Amino acid sequence: MSRLDLQAIRQDFPILDQSINGHPLVYLDNAASSQKPIQVIDAVANYYRKDNANVHRGVHRLSQRATDAYEGARDKVRGFVNAKSDKEIIFVRGATEAINLVAQSFVRPQLQVGDEILISHLEHHANIVPWQILCEQTGAKLKVIPMTEVGELDLSTFDDLLTTRTKILAVGHVSNALGTINSVKEMIVKAHAKNIPVLIDGAQAVPHMVVDVQDLDCDFYVFSGHKMFAPTGIGALYGKQDLLAEMPPWQGGGDMILSVSFEHTQYNELPYKFEAGTPNIAGTIGLGAAIDYMQNLGISNLAEHEHNLLVAATEKVNAIDGVRIIGTAEHKASVLSFMIEGVHPHDVGTIFDQQGVAIRTGHHCAQPVMQFYGIPATARASFAFYNTMEEVDALVLGIKKVQELFA
Amino acid sequence: MSSADLRDLYQQVIMDHNKKPRNFREMSDANHLAHGNNPLCGDALVVFVKLDDDVIDDVSFQGSGCAISVASASLMTEALKGKTLAEAEALYEQVHKQMTGEDVDSATLGKLAVLSGVKEFPARVKCATLSWHTMHAAMDSDHNLSVTTE
Ligand SMILES: Cc1ncc(COP(=O)(O)O)c(C=O)c1O
Repeated sequence: MSRLDLQAIRQDFPILDQSINGHPLVYLDNAASSQKPIQVIDAVANYYRKDNANVHRGVHRLSQRATDAYEGARDKVRGFVNAKSDKEIIFVRGATEAINLVAQSFVRPQLQVGDEILISHLEHHANIVPWQILCEQTGAKLKVIPMTEVGELDLSTFDDLLTTRTKILAVGHVSNALGTINSVKEMIVKAHAKNIPVLIDGAQAVPHMVVDVQDLDCDFYVFSGHKMFAPTGIGALYGKQDLLAEMPPWQGGGDMILSVSFEHTQYNELPYKFEAGTPNIAGTIGLGAAIDYMQNLGISNLAEHEHNLLVAATEKVNAIDGVRIIGTAEHKASVLSFMIEGVHPHDVGTIFDQQGVAIRTGHHCAQPVMQFYGIPATARASFAFYNTMEEVDALVLGIKKVQELFA
Repeated sequence: MSSADLRDLYQQVIMDHNKKPRNFREMSDANHLAHGNNPLCGDALVVFVKLDDDVIDDVSFQGSGCAISVASASLMTEALKGKTLAEAEALYEQVHKQMTGEDVDSATLGKLAVLSGVKEFPARVKCATLSWHTMHAAMDSDHNLSVTTE
């Protein structure tokens, strides 16, 4: 039984109420990007209707309102991840930009040839490529925590992978390709015991669970708004204040300075030091509205309902002959990746689309995971709290339709 | 729109070529070859060509992909064997036109006309054209070339 009033919730998401190819839309591609409730759409539209102006630079009324809304959103993000201070929340374009910022501003200045960066086999390309670039720039080495057949991290060699040369551990909270929830807290404790800072990629975690950065004690936590019911183009970097304070700016421009002359520029204080240029003001306001929306429903209620959907979907899909679920970790969130015997995932995607069911097919920007299983791609259904048990059934019907067509 | 259109896309001939692709082999005496990739869906294939002057003596492929890309590659190898370069080029153009919904000469296309259903599925056009792009790249060079469609 769900504690959520799904009918009411679905009315908040106007996009869900449409037909695709004569079938009601069943949106199961939430891990790629989630839909937005009217509360978020309205917050963005109302900002443009009533309050639009640049932030931090005008004495006029609109600029003050825009600044208040922008900084108000920062405080909501702070509360959302339970950071100590607003100064620890940097607005960025998304998880990708946040990781690049930490790589270039925090890690790069410390790196010597032969130093190591530790990531895992389960990472999204966004948590691989910025580190590879950094390795190329500095002569550091990329090390990888291996994974197991069920899609969990294999931590048996973890202690040995944390060396005196490891300058950062960067690992995902939840895998986007498989849904595995990693035991990041345990990993953080071990890394910290060796004074190794830790970045957690929370892009797939924040839509599905309560995150507390103080409890985790991670040094950096990154996520994107668009996967948690907020607009695209906005995300956040959480960083411990003492670390952020020591880091050089990443980009230069307006807003990130206190004073500029041709001889010397004095950088602004946190968090503005890292927010060069006019920010995505509307996006931050939308992000704040998405947080309000989730918190009003209760994030643990959302998680419970999604868990029920995932358990039901896993059971039903498992019961179909000729289908293999990829990623069967003990702790999972939202994601069901699967292969239908003898059918390429891309064909699966087209056949699903003909029935109005939107799933993702491909490598999910996690090619190393695909390489591990020796497959080019998977079909992936990923749930959000607005999905229903009927939609789980549509997924099952979709699979049967594929098998019928390819029989 | 539903199953009827899916049957237009996944015609029997296509299903058959997907299950039993023709000329699916490496060619040790190929004098032209190229790699083709569609990073979006993970399709990856190699096209091998043996040219004798300007006649395609033999053509084969290897790799993995969706039903549309495998069947299209298989059909292509059947269609190209024994053709001159000019004929192959003309066919390549007709195939392209077919995918983008332009008027085509069905006599020239022959069996390749089964791919016409693809034009109703814009997201799949790249799957159907991957082998043709790769073949084109192979003809253009005797080097080990890569093409990418995304
Ligand atoms: C685990 C994970 N990390 C990072 C990203 C990158 O997010 P964005 O593209 O919003 O920057 C994604 C998005 O797919 C993701 O799933």
